[in-house]
Amino acid sequence: MATGPVTDPFAPERRRPPIAGRWHTATVAGVRRPLQRSVQLRLDVHGRMDHMPGQHYVVRLTAPDGYTAQRSYSVASSPADPLVELFVERLEDGEVSTHLADVVEPGDVLEVRGPLGGWFVWDGATPALLVAGGTGVVPLVSMVRTARDLGRPDLLRVAVSARTLAELPYADELLAAGARVVLTREPHGVRSAGRLTPADLLPLWEPGQTAYVCGSASFADAAGQLLLGLGMRPEDIRVEQFGPSGG
Amino acid sequence: MTGPTRGFLGRRRDRDPRLPPGQYDVGTDWPVLTAEPTPRIRPQDWTVTVDGHVESPTTWTWDEAHRLAPSDYRGDIHCVTTWSKFDTHFSGISVDTLLEAARPAAGALFVMATSRTGYTTNLPLADVTGGKAWLVWEFDGTPLPIEHGGPVRLLVPHLYFWKSAKWLSRLTLMTHDQPGFWEQNGYHDRGDPWRQQRYQGD
Repeated sequence: MATGPVTDPFAPERRRPPIAGRWHTATVAGVRRPLQRSVQLRLDVHGRMDHMPGQHYVVRLTAPDGYTAQRSYSVASSPADPLVELFVERLEDGEVSTHLADVVEPGDVLEVRGPLGGWFVWDGATPALLVAGGTGVVPLVSMVRTARDLGRPDLLRVAVSARTLAELPYADELLAAGARVVLTREPHGVRSAGRLTPADLLPLWEPGQTAYVCGSASFADAAGQLLLGLGMRPEDIRVEQFGPSGG
Repeated sequence: MTGPTRGFLGRRRDRDPRLPPGQYDVGTDWPVLTAEPTPRIRPQDWTVTVDGHVESPTTWTWDEAHRLAPSDYRGDIHCVTTWSKFDTHFSGISVDTLLEAARPAAGALFVMATSRTGYTTNLPLADVTGGKAWLVWEFDGTPLPIEHGGPVRLLVPHLYFWKSAKWLSRLTLMTHDQPGFWEQNGYHDRGDPWRQQRYQGD
């Protein structure tokens, strides 16, 4: 079919990520709650297939009468980690996230499906500009950890945004990785409070990068437009939104 | 299938019969999910082309498309990320109207929908004919917002919503199926929410 543009941004030019279709059981090996309203689940996934950074898992809960509910969560861990780490934001209304945040404890068994998602993935070999807001940092944390494990942190440039430093997931790791931190409600270092601007991204931008943008729909749209404004080509920008679809 | 999850009771037992399995009612929200930066397309710059395995490849401008017989959809939509939205109202034209002009050639069985961004999604031709698919430019009586695919998106409401390509620019008829963007990335070729055809192999 000769339908796409000449430089097809959707051509499968990169390594094809693994897609695991079947449901697996996972034993909860660890539960961490470093921030309010979220939980990090460390899972021992039986029959696990290695993920690529940026992919996600679906978690399915089953009630005694067979009723099920399932939601997707980003992986924060590196493929080299013996466990799969999922970051779950606790939504007040969330049928699944409230259970994961409030009830789950080590030793519990969950059903999971993954790794999933073949687009928002970093191949561990090409230069990348990572831009995320709020809990959108999670798939980028997987990329940062993977780069560290591969000995190639030089490939990544990172900018993250949150309301306050205390609300930024994995803040310590992101700061250690040299991330530009943008806070909208409080100053950070010499930077005053405010939204992401071109001046935040310009020092991080280099020719040849692929951009990975993750956050709320409004953040992702704003960040995507900033990158286009810097001269990035649309086909070099990959976007993933987090929204009220979380549950 | 393992047994019940310890401590999980679930909430919604009074499930709305309009809700396919594994879906929940998102209410008045309309989550935005796209894989690329949102393109800014002015209506006067928009066109749609029907080509491929057809007798008369045809292109319509914004004005030409608006002179075709109007057609509305009122009903529900279902996203593979598990939200469903009830009682939506979209206005535009039926895909049937475009196909009547372009005239599918014998042996045309599939269609590839392509967006201005290069996004693609494949569908059986039978899923976009017979009053089951639209090109829409209004939602609830107002212009379709750009983040939801405006000025014009494809609407195939009986399938998961990634099939309803945003910023639609082309429908290409094919004799054989080929995977589109998400379909190459592990998602199902058909995507029937009532059969939970989310990923390849479902």
